[in-house]
Amino acid sequence: MKLLLSAGRVIDPANKIDDFLDILIEDGKIVKVAKDIKDKTAKVENLKGKVIVPGLIDMHVHLREPGFEYKETIATGARSAVMGGFTSVACMPNTEPVMDNTAVVELVISKGKKENLANVFPIASVSKHAKGEEISDIGMLLNSGAVALSDDAAPLMNAEVMRRAFEYTKQFNVSIITHCEDKNMTIDGVMNESFNSTTLGLRGMASVAESLMVYRNIAIANYMGALVHIAHVSCKESVEIIRWAKKQGMKVTCETAPHYFTLTDEAVKTYDTNTKMNPPLRGAEDVKAIKAGLKDGTIDCIASDHAPHGRIDKELEYNYASFGIVGLETMVPLTLTELVDKKILTLEQAVEKLSVMPAKVLGLKKGTLSVGADADITVLDIEKKYNVDVNKFESKSKNSPFNGKSVKGAAFMTIVGGEIKMKEGKIL
Amino acid sequence: MGFKRKHLIGLEDATPEEIETYLNTAESFKSIFDRKIKKVPALRGRTVINLFFENSTRTRTSFELAAKRLSADVINFSVSTSSVSKGETLIDTAKTIEALESDMIVVRHSCSGVPLLLTKTLKSGIVNAGDGMHEHPTQGLLDLFTIREKKKKIKGLKIVMVGDIAHSRVARSNIYGMTKMGADLTLVAPPTLLPKDIENLGVKVDHDLRKAVKGADVVYMLRIQLERQKRNLFPSIREFSTLYGMDEDKLKLANKDAIVMHPGPMNRGVEISSEVADSEQSVICEQVTNGIAVRMAVLYLLAGGETNEIASLSGQGN
Repeated sequence: MKLLLSAGRVIDPANKIDDFLDILIEDGKIVKVAKDIKDKTAKVENLKGKVIVPGLIDMHVHLREPGFEYKETIATGARSAVMGGFTSVACMPNTEPVMDNTAVVELVISKGKKENLANVFPIASVSKHAKGEEISDIGMLLNSGAVALSDDAAPLMNAEVMRRAFEYTKQFNVSIITHCEDKNMTIDGVMNESFNSTTLGLRGMASVAESLMVYRNIAIANYMGALVHIAHVSCKESVEIIRWAKKQGMKVTCETAPHYFTLTDEAVKTYDTNTKMNPPLRGAEDVKAIKAGLKDGTIDCIASDHAPHGRIDKELEYNYASFGIVGLETMVPLTLTELVDKKILTLEQAVEKLSVMPAKVLGLKKGTLSVGADADITVLDIEKKYNVDVNKFESKSKNSPFNGKSVKGAAFMTIVGGEIKMKEGKIL
Repeated sequence: MGFKRKHLIGLEDATPEEIETYLNTAESFKSIFDRKIKKVPALRGRTVINLFFENSTRTRTSFELAAKRLSADVINFSVSTSSVSKGETLIDTAKTIEALESDMIVVRHSCSGVPLLLTKTLKSGIVNAGDGMHEHPTQGLLDLFTIREKKKKIKGLKIVMVGDIAHSRVARSNIYGMTKMGADLTLVAPPTLLPKDIENLGVKVDHDLRKAVKGADVVYMLRIQLERQKRNLFPSIREFSTLYGMDEDKLKLANKDAIVMHPGPMNRGVEISSEVADSEQSVICEQVTNGIAVRMAVLYLLAGGETNEIASLSGQGN
């Protein structure tokens, strides 16, 4: 079965390509990238006016299965992924049971394969039961298919445990993805500590609770010579510390999420619980710093932190509502609208942060349109203007603060392993 | 012209004119208190529900009496947090309440934002009787009323507000109300009990009570929750009361005719000494009485009543 993508603009940062080229796919691999490919046996997709990029990878999602299937399942999460233009997702370990054992890793992988939509890569818990006390069976978890480790379920507060985790993990050459938050400083906090938390009467979470742990984790990882990836950077000080660390030649990568470059804590003023996430929405200076960090390369990746929650988790008092928002189906439009259209990033840079760098951080042989690579390809329609409609989401959950937002740009087609999984808003 | 608002969520967005209207209306209602029949038929046939998710005998009683003096039917509905654990959400509870065909719901909740949330879900008028650390607008109004009654004005008065500003909805409503009415307001507290960027609200901040209280016309003491000490917001009750408690000695530094206020309930010997609480300068009990008049005014105005009709109403009696 051959597939020919013709007449589109191809952007492949790994090969420094930005040109009008055709792509021929056979048996799940890219076999030819050239001008005017002719192949009568191939099914042809005319992509005139569209942009063809290496398959996008969302390296930070919560798929909720096993344990919280009313919020999301691997099936609905994978549908949401391909609908949003993602050929691969990496899912966090805060399931029930926690993904700290090979059985859960294998379950997630096998369910992902069965759905046969987006590739689903599990991220295992760095500590047993995500308790932050004892490190999990890291070697066995990686052998069973986990692509990275994370404390996203519960930040490692004990610096000695963090040290041993980095020290032990460096032999496997994989990253520990850390959620940076000093939990002692954020007890009962529900939003950014700011003038807005003062007038809203909501307990604040100071940005220093994030930035000091960003520094701590970079410092420990570098002392150990281990790989550290900072999850969802949200504040100015974190960006500055990471920029400084990179200048010192320290090894660190990081990501931010679309809400941190799109919204400020002004959005909380309605007490809409879809503005409640962790880290919280910050101030205007922070948004500016995030954009600057994206532009100068301090921030390597954009990841959604897709965190589905049911209505019973969100239609509550602000204090009682769960943290998090869905993001798989808004990440592409928000990146194109807020960063590319506003000239913060070029389209090529955006693709680097949505595909090339996530592949690199997770050690996946993806993120490129090179001949011989897996035919994981996303086709973008960068001109499409529309309003976000949560009711059209494939995700089981609709908890998004972006409902109704006017955006420009969408995923047009998602190809995974050479098969078209989504085309023009329809899952095939 | 009728009053434009249907809900009272806070004083943050109230105009000085609206505040004047509340206070003037309260004044008219207070004039009825000296009569044998303290009741007017203003809200006859209307139903007011006191929906309290947090215990508060004082505020609930005050609203209840206010509604009764307006001849409304009033029901008290206390919801323990246990019904939340049974799976009933706030919205379920509120919809159940509204199904009783209420016209106005007076709501108290430990979470900020609940009254605003209810305005989006329910048809009834919503009165905030205190939400989390957000606002307690009727307390703010009754305090303004008391100051105006005692001092004959608010504009230009030097007011010091002392204590736990950070966690206080009373403080927030009063800050909005007092600054809108032109008072010169200084907040006095240790930095740990001041919320971030509070100066942006047009107030001064001080940490030295003796210095700040000099020449004050109004001394407003806030209740300190003793368990805050466990979170290191102040080192000990002894130190807090030494530095930030109002006693006779410190009160002497204020103007001779300064009044002392407290929203209650007091921690005698902590933020306020018994001598000060019971002194001639204390208007703490009058605040409670004025609370009824102010809450009558709020319920009456939000229900669409007009200030100039009160005189004729009170003539009818019943």
